[in-house]
Amino acid sequence: MIDIKNLTIEKAGEMMKKGELTSVDLVSACLKNIEERNKELNIFLEVFDDVLEQAKYADEIIKAGKGTKLTGIPLAIKDNILITGRKVSSGSKMLENYVASYDAFVIKKLKEAGAVLIGRTNMDEFAMGSSTENSTYGPTKNPIDPSRVPGGSSGGSAAAVASGMALGALGSDTGGSIRQPASFCGLVGMKSTYGAVSRSGLTAMSSSFDQIGPFAKTSEDAKIIFNCIIGKDDMDSTSADLNSFPALKAERKIIGIPRDFLKEGVDQEILKNFEETLDKLKKKGYKVKDVIMPYLKYSLPVYYIIMPAEVSTNLSRLDGVRYGLRKEGENVFDTFKKSRSAGFGPETKRRIILGTYVLSHGYYDAYYNKAWKVRRAIMKEYENIFQDVDLIMTPTAPTTAFKFGEKKDPLQMYLEDIFTVSANLTGLPAISIPSGKSSSSLPIGIQFIGSLFSDESLFAIEKDLRDNK
Amino acid sequence: MNIKDIENLAELAKIELSDKEKKTLLKDLDGILGYVKQVGEVEVKDFEVEYKNKNVWREDKLKPSVFSPDLIIKQFPDSQDNFLKVKKIL
Repeated sequence: MIDIKNLTIEKAGEMMKKGELTSVDLVSACLKNIEERNKELNIFLEVFDDVLEQAKYADEIIKAGKGTKLTGIPLAIKDNILITGRKVSSGSKMLENYVASYDAFVIKKLKEAGAVLIGRTNMDEFAMGSSTENSTYGPTKNPIDPSRVPGGSSGGSAAAVASGMALGALGSDTGGSIRQPASFCGLVGMKSTYGAVSRSGLTAMSSSFDQIGPFAKTSEDAKIIFNCIIGKDDMDSTSADLNSFPALKAERKIIGIPRDFLKEGVDQEILKNFEETLDKLKKKGYKVKDVIMPYLKYSLPVYYIIMPAEVSTNLSRLDGVRYGLRKEGENVFDTFKKSRSAGFGPETKRRIILGTYVLSHGYYDAYYNKAWKVRRAIMKEYENIFQDVDLIMTPTAPTTAFKFGEKKDPLQMYLEDIFTVSANLTGLPAISIPSGKSSSSLPIGIQFIGSLFSDESLFAIEKDLRDNK
Repeated sequence: MNIKDIENLAELAKIELSDKEKKTLLKDLDGILGYVKQVGEVEVKDFEVEYKNKNVWREDKLKPSVFSPDLIIKQFPDSQDNFLKVKKIL
């Protein structure tokens, strides 16, 4: 049997091209892993009934010599990305039976490339959470240690790749929802420059932050998926063509370290690993500079003002009128209230109420408008820093994968995003790459943030680190 | 903030909350707002923002649509003769 857990997309693609392997073999191996462990780990909410047909079709394309790097490759899709005729619930009871009427831009691209879409993966409701514990359909377990969370909100997608149920996956990242689970599951996870990947067909959570991105075992694999899903799309007016921006200088090896930002609330083991990784990179020819970024520490509070504000307005569309759950009440307003109360889970309600508060009369200036001013100051700060350095390096998350129920207080959970949110606030591209394991054998991730449209260059770092091992 | 404020916000957000939910939310919001209110103390210079953004328009022309009306109608919580049924508005 093929060992999916140790097979890369790159290698599988080569083998299929040479005729040493078929997509049907690959998909069958994934299905076997799903059959063995999905019940226990709760990764896939649905495995599509036509996966073997998709694989057979891909095999024909490969035979005809018309395959791409993704033809026949089984990929897992987060449950907030639309596939025509398929359920897409966003981990919510509200959309439990919602069926997509069109393909997301990224799905169109994957279908054109001949990828096999295996199924939809579990997630925190409407992508709000850092552990996948907020899913209506129960939490996903981390395949590396099932007593721990896989991270979130794209926990299902990360766990699917880490458990050999798919070779790669798509997730979405609003404040770290790809990078943090990638770090918890020992994978590469990437969030692009805002606009590089179209949001058309992604269930909107917080529109000025949301981006779709890849999970994979290596940066080469992540890059293959990334190159397939990018592109300007008329259906997303904020999308941009990466190729239309001036090329960056080839060598991008000056790393900035915001030391002041790394002192509090970070596990000692993670800090130790951080320093070791820095040493490895120095040996690989990277230069390291300490940078001072006084506004950076306000990223998290700014995020937890603007994001819930956008959530409260975005989710107002879910009122039981046109689609989703409807609970009939006495009148139209009563129906809204009953539908929303029954359809939304506790974290979603919390963020809607919080967002309503920061946008309400009398508080709007103090919270929302002020947060936007600070957001701009953080953007400016990065812009200035990138005159001196090519990359900013931080741990991906302040902890390794934690146990279920460990973070009961919502604020404690929000602090998981401390290092990841600034890339979403500023629209900058960022990647999490595996950087070894803790003393209890849990994966640790390291994050690199690049300047706008430097997406491509982020993929090179992981290979440098891997070659050094 | 008190329970009355939470009730007011829930009314604005069109969400029905149980007494237990209200109490929990009050406690949670106190914690979260206590944390995020630090943005109020940040001194930000009033620099001119360079807006690189621009409005994106498209020509007002009919384009063939890929949307399937059947799939959309099927999503209606209640329908009659392909029309969406809702409660009386007024």
